[in-house]
Amino acid sequence: MMEMDPVIFEKVKAILMEALGADDDEVTQEATLVGDLGAESIDFLDIVFQLEKAFDIKVERGELFPEDILSNNSPYVENSRVNAEGLALLKERLPFIDLTEFEKNPVVQEYASRITVADMCRFVQTKLNK
Amino acid sequence: MRWYWIDRYTKFVRGKCATAIKNITLSEEHLHDHFLYYPIMPAPLIVEGVAQAGGLLICEYREFREKVVLAKLNKAIFHFDVRPGDTLIYHVNVDFYNSQGAQISATSHANGKLHAEFQMMFAYVTGEYTEREFYKLSDYRHLLHNFDAYSIGTDEEGNPIEEPECLKNATHF
Repeated sequence: MMEMDPVIFEKVKAILMEALGADDDEVTQEATLVGDLGAESIDFLDIVFQLEKAFDIKVERGELFPEDILSNNSPYVENSRVNAEGLALLKERLPFIDLTEFEKNPVVQEYASRITVADMCRFVQTKLNK
Repeated sequence: MRWYWIDRYTKFVRGKCATAIKNITLSEEHLHDHFLYYPIMPAPLIVEGVAQAGGLLICEYREFREKVVLAKLNKAIFHFDVRPGDTLIYHVNVDFYNSQGAQISATSHANGKLHAEFQMMFAYVTGEYTEREFYKLSDYRHLLHNFDAYSIGTDEEGNPIEEPECLKNATHF
């Protein structure tokens, strides 16, 4: 995993505090957006909007949540779980997301729940480096 | 759609900004109970009106290819109550569009004073609902004409706009 830029972290933190009504001390690098900060699915859209504006980046649909891999009718999902091929593809396409925890129980619905503040920061950094 | 919470546009700059008015009258039944001796316009219906003014602006700009829904009310601050006889003036500005939706900022004024401030996020519907028809093109056409969008609407340079091709043959009959 790449090192996190502290400047990016501070900007991402401010966005998450505003979008999720989170307190300063809640938005740590390890905090999960869903579990720890209470994000709902629509909040991810809001967060993406604010990241685009703050960092002048463009985020296409599916960049954070690749529907072709994570939908229940995808060839990479068996019994609601992402298979080995799907996990390999996720790692290749989303190297900025730490999938260590998700891999232990790769239930599709759990994917969003595992995304952390650090993942979002690395995502932004990857976009800025392109 | 028969859930109209604006009366008409007084300014409509395609895809960019709009001003809409909403006259409040005691003949609106919901005011009879909200509240019996103190009729005031319910805040959620004001939010709905602003969302309609902004949502239609976005729909029209995207030529009705997207199913636009109000996804999140980021900010809604009300400074005072409004009541029958008041005219609300909604100013709506599209902050930005992206591939997944758009965000607007808006204000409501009444009696020359800032009445409320809003920020809202609209999303383009995806997935299983994409194929579902929310509104017919003829509904949009009817609404936008009723709201004066094509009689007072302009582009960013101030040139009058016409309804897009996709609406021209849309009819209820």
